[in-house]
Amino acid sequence: MSEINVQRRQFLKMSMGVAAVSIAPGIFLFDMAHGKADANKVRWGMLIETANCAEGCNDCVTACNTENGLSGGVSSTDSQWIRKIEIKDISTGRETSLPMMCQHCEHPPCVDVCPTGASFKRADGIVLVDKHLCIGCRYCMMACPYKARSFVHEPLQNQNPDVPRGRGTVESCTMCVHRIDQGQQPACAVACPNKSILFGNLNDPDSEIATRIRTVASAQVRADLGLNPGVRYQGL
Amino acid sequence: MLRLLSILAVLCLCIPAYATESSAIPKLDIGKGGECVKEPQWMRKNHMHLLTHQRDEVVHKGVRDDKISLKNCIECHASTKDDSVIARDDSFCVACHRYEAVKLDCFECHSGERKSAWLKRNSK
Amino acid sequence: MLTSVAALIVLAGLYSVHMMEEHGHIITGMNNQIVWGIPHVFAIFMIVAASGVLNVSSIGSVFNKPAYKARAPLAGLLSLAMLAGGLTVLMLDLGRPDRIIVAATNYNLTSVFAWNVLLYSAMFAAVVVYLWTMMEARMQPWSKHAGFVVFIWRFALTTGTGVIFSFLVARQAYGSAILPPMFIVISFAWGLAVFHIVQSAIYQWNGKMLDEYVQKRMKNLLGVFVVAALYFVVVYHLTNLYFARQVEFERFILADGGIYPLLFWAGYVVLGNLLPLLLIYLPGWGKTQHVAVASAMVILGGFAFLYVFIIGGQAFPLSIFPGFEVKSSFGDGVIGLYSPSLPEVLLGFGGVGIAFLITAVGIRVLNFVPREIPKKTL
Repeated sequence: MSEINVQRRQFLKMSMGVAAVSIAPGIFLFDMAHGKADANKVRWGMLIETANCAEGCNDCVTACNTENGLSGGVSSTDSQWIRKIEIKDISTGRETSLPMMCQHCEHPPCVDVCPTGASFKRADGIVLVDKHLCIGCRYCMMACPYKARSFVHEPLQNQNPDVPRGRGTVESCTMCVHRIDQGQQPACAVACPNKSILFGNLNDPDSEIATRIRTVASAQVRADLGLNPGVRYQGL
Repeated sequence: MLRLLSILAVLCLCIPAYATESSAIPKLDIGKGGECVKEPQWMRKNHMHLLTHQRDEVVHKGVRDDKISLKNCIECHASTKDDSVIARDDSFCVACHRYEAVKLDCFECHSGERKSAWLKRNSK
Repeated sequence: MLTSVAALIVLAGLYSVHMMEEHGHIITGMNNQIVWGIPHVFAIFMIVAASGVLNVSSIGSVFNKPAYKARAPLAGLLSLAMLAGGLTVLMLDLGRPDRIIVAATNYNLTSVFAWNVLLYSAMFAAVVVYLWTMMEARMQPWSKHAGFVVFIWRFALTTGTGVIFSFLVARQAYGSAILPPMFIVISFAWGLAVFHIVQSAIYQWNGKMLDEYVQKRMKNLLGVFVVAALYFVVVYHLTNLYFARQVEFERFILADGGIYPLLFWAGYVVLGNLLPLLLIYLPGWGKTQHVAVASAMVILGGFAFLYVFIIGGQAFPLSIFPGFEVKSSFGDGVIGLYSPSLPEVLLGFGGVGIAFLITAVGIRVLNFVPREIPKKTL
């Protein structure tokens, strides 16, 4: 390649850069936040049948704590990846119990705001924190509408070799990614005594979860935000 | 000020003495050891690149190459006495990193314990 | 003497950083509901004021007012100092401050924080160049251009700070497009208040008197900025009050929320706005010392405002299930509790100490003290 060509190329690159920075934020934001992910074969998701979810039953939470090595403490500085929420419709009085965790959004706000790209979405739709990149700014915790994330406030010891976690970084439900990669189901789905948590591939039309959400009414929490969470609730 | 300078001078003199004294490879507990990825000298020089590469593959793409995973390293190199690569001053990772004065930044999050041992202890 | 006190405060701040490194954020009052605390109040105040204080130089160089031109270098120095102080606090509060290099090498282009990293560093560079053009005789012809760049850039910077909050859909206190302009106007008021205090301190120590004409102009400007800032805050709350879904939140922040309404009304509205305005505009008042007191009040009011905005805004529970009563083990549906701990307060003051040290040393070493241009040329 001639030298002029190289120079020209560099000039072009540079002006592209300058242009990008100046017109910028808006366009980038639109493109990346509302990503052009190609039609993926796999999108992991869950369908939670709230009618079977018993009030006071905490088995999914306990299973999660054991699997991921969480202390199980419930102070405001303890990590909780999944929690049981009891909700009561103010106008009708109807009560429901359900588990709440990272909803693994298609357009996750935590990923948009993360300055280093530590918050990211895997190709199969699982939203994770790369703790090697996380600097602990907690902006993702500000941005998450589901309060799904926890910050590790203290130094930890004796972590599960499969689930590294450590002080000063943010963490949340990984959908038990270490189990999924080995072809197993998430710990909470396995532990639920009433089989209320159905885990599967939303993008495979023949999967049980895809069939179910096609035939029964289910809803996403805060669907108005347009984040398209991968976790859906039945009977909400 | 003068005192500071003299301390510095003494320190400067100490370094060569110290360097010759401990120029031998640090003594470390290599656990079961063996050669499963590459020969030891290559590994001493390049293990961090392998680990960094592997970590990005695993975390972002879910490509889990068991052979060069940190867990697999620990499986063989954890001490046969305490099942750890970091528990003591002469543990596999600690001894060398201390000798080279390189910060070991893995084990604030990762377990330094052999997984089989962890499982045994935590399944009780 | 004051400098050594400041140095001690900085040391205390660094010590608390060390403690936070050692023990984790457990020793702060921050938790999983209130993830940003006192350090962020200090940092954001200083960053916002750092941008606002440059108003003084902009009026000089962009709008060509000689009285302000003489003050432009001091404003530039103050801006650098507060930017440095604020950013230090922000950085040292990170969960992993040792990984700051990661933030510098991995940019997520959709992140407002990543934009701000660029905005802040470019601001720093622009102000340094601007100071250079003002203080080096050969560079004088460029001063106006540099001043203009700084003028534009600080709008971008404060917008960026406001956008940190206005792009948050999750929490009811934020996610409003009025926040960036509000922060810009607020920055004018806070920046000028800081400038007033520093200026009167310098004049006091040097036994000089501030020119009456300049003094009058600058105090009136402060008054205008304070009123304008208050206007934006009022509009922000009025908008929220009009939306039924936001009424609960407003009730919390303006009436029922304990410390937050108290700080808002007594701290921000009365101490930070009404009293300073009286001091500035009441006939017979508005002298140098009144304005200095008024400025101090504006600053305190600013801290009160940010405390309510940042911490109060997070204390109000997220609306995950609108229209439902919610309870859980993770603080859903309950007001978050926060009590600032000593280390984080020290960290915040450490940042102020850094800003003070930079200013004090700068004034000592270089020619930053405003030199009055004889009155007839005004």
